[in-house]
Amino acid sequence: MSRAKRMVPATRLSPLDVIDEAVAGMLARPGRAALTVLGTLLGVAAFVTVLGLTTTVEGQISNRFTALVATEVIVQDTADRSDDGPAFPDDAERRLTALNGVHSAGVVWEVTDAGPLGARRPTAPEPGEDVKVLAASPGYLRAIHARLAAGRIFDPWHDAEHQRVVVLGSGAAGRLGVTWIDEQPAVFIGGTPFTVIGIVDDVDREAGTLLGAVVPAGTAEAVWGAGTGARAIIDTEIGAARQVGDEAPLALRPEDPGRFRTVTPPDPRQLREGVDTDLGTLFLALAAVCLLIGAVGIANTTLVAVLERVGEIGLRRALGARRRHVAAHFLAESGTLGLIGGLIGTSVGVAAVVAVAFFREWTPILQPATVLPAPLVGALTGLVAGLYPAWRATRIEPADALRR
Amino acid sequence: MTAPPVVEFARVTRSYPGPPPVLALREADLTVAAGEYVSVTGPSGSGKSTFLNLVGLLDRPDGGVYRLDGIDTAALPDADRTALRGRRIGFVFQSFHLLRHRSVLENVKLAMIYTAVSRRARTGLALETLDRVGLTQRAYARAGHLSGGEAQRVAIARALVNRPSLLLCDEPTGNLDSANAAAVLALIGELNGAGLTVLMVTHDQQVAARAYRSVLIKDGVLR
Ligand SMILES: Nc1ncnc2c1ncn2[C@@H]1O[C@H](COP(=O)(O)OP(=O)(O)O)[C@@H](O)[C@H]1O
Ligand SMILES: [Mg+2]
Repeated sequence: MSRAKRMVPATRLSPLDVIDEAVAGMLARPGRAALTVLGTLLGVAAFVTVLGLTTTVEGQISNRFTALVATEVIVQDTADRSDDGPAFPDDAERRLTALNGVHSAGVVWEVTDAGPLGARRPTAPEPGEDVKVLAASPGYLRAIHARLAAGRIFDPWHDAEHQRVVVLGSGAAGRLGVTWIDEQPAVFIGGTPFTVIGIVDDVDREAGTLLGAVVPAGTAEAVWGAGTGARAIIDTEIGAARQVGDEAPLALRPEDPGRFRTVTPPDPRQLREGVDTDLGTLFLALAAVCLLIGAVGIANTTLVAVLERVGEIGLRRALGARRRHVAAHFLAESGTLGLIGGLIGTSVGVAAVVAVAFFREWTPILQPATVLPAPLVGALTGLVAGLYPAWRATRIEPADALRR
Repeated sequence: MTAPPVVEFARVTRSYPGPPPVLALREADLTVAAGEYVSVTGPSGSGKSTFLNLVGLLDRPDGGVYRLDGIDTAALPDADRTALRGRRIGFVFQSFHLLRHRSVLENVKLAMIYTAVSRRARTGLALETLDRVGLTQRAYARAGHLSGGEAQRVAIARALVNRPSLLLCDEPTGNLDSANAAAVLALIGELNGAGLTVLMVTHDQQVAARAYRSVLIKDGVLR
């Protein structure tokens, strides 16, 4: 290498000094810096607000829209003409569980004329309790995610053989004073004895079941005759509900699927897209425009600073600054302007999301992946905006600059 | 072995392409030995600043040889010329070139950010140097609030703080009243007395008379 290299170490500019000089340069004209920061501030604030509100609204949808709702299909009989015969075939449960994506399914109806329920054979002074009686195929209790406090639930055999068995909801069991089923206590429904084989103390769906008594559908038909207003409750895999809802009527009555009406959950993706297209695109475009205006503002301010400070640039070169040091200095100034806009903008955006969420009684959800890089988006905007002014600054010849 | 001269100019030429083209310095020869105080005098437009910019490595000559501290500068890449300029040469300009929004202390420290002086050492060195120019008590004043005489003394402190081998002054008293001019010239004389090599260009004969050797320049010709 050259002799000078050995005798005279190269000049340098440490990152800390770059930052010091950039901040000092900005503080020399605080009003101008504040105005320059405004565009970036608005752009970043808009970005954070839009992205934060999007995740927040999405969060509300998926909150309300629990997996439970998303996996439930209800098939209803539309006929009020009971003379058309039972809507659901005897093997409805088998047909439904044969469909793709079905975990469990059961048919249920309320037995309206069963009479009062009692722990003892009814006598005149003791009319018994007025408890709802449900007739259900065995899959019903599984489909509503019934959890047992004691005993078991009935199975297809009980159903097919018309066994006089009953599963009590915990509310009904309490009213009847049945807490203990080891000795297979009997209850009387309209005078007919049924053996209690299980007590359900919790369900995820059809919470009314907890207040009722559930007997096998086959048994109910044998004792009280065919019921009306039957429904099928289907528990599906996540994402399968709509498909199952479309196929169920056909599986149940291939000759007359129109007899049924299905209730399926709304498609969560549709709702989400609705949110995105409604405010998302517009505001993101607005945010981009703000950022662009911010970038132009920073570029302009930095260029003016370069032209105003030609003498200073010449002086720095005289003191040992290389062209790259001059470029670093002005890039640091524009980057700092952008970073400050980004930091304040991020705070404003977060505050806006929290405020909107507060007034709508939502839970604000801000993804770290959008909030943390947001100030850097500002800094990057500033850096890009500073490229041209910084390049101009490096082109200034010190001898010319110092003549002024 | 004797130390090489600080400045050694041999047939150094600089022209500006214009238009109109100007031959601002013609085949200038000049040698300044260590510890000398040399002034270059000539009317306005005679090429004094052109000459000083070449000596200060702020500009490149079209031809000729220039050795600084014995180092031939012609072949040097920009980075080395910048390093020599920052570490070996101190500049004093007619218009001070202080950063008006920063303190006196910060203006002096500015000279050390490029020469790799540790951040901790800077304040002490700057205060020491301000003491040499008699401005310690103004260290925390804003540079923009100084009088002309004070400002030029701060600029001299800034030029001295890296302990250069050569002090270049371009019309250092041009913006000062006679009292302040005298004080600044006294200071420069004092620094030279302490061993600093000084090269000053000026159009003012009285200012030039303070130097031990005076060289005339006219129409780009050095005599
Ligand atoms: N950058 C330049 N481009 C063209 N001509 C220049 C430039 N700088 C100086 N000159 C010309 O060179 C001559 C010498 O200028 P200068 O060295 O500034 O003289 P001084 O400092 O003695 O007044 C003048 O005629 C001036 O107009
Ligand atoms: Mg001049």
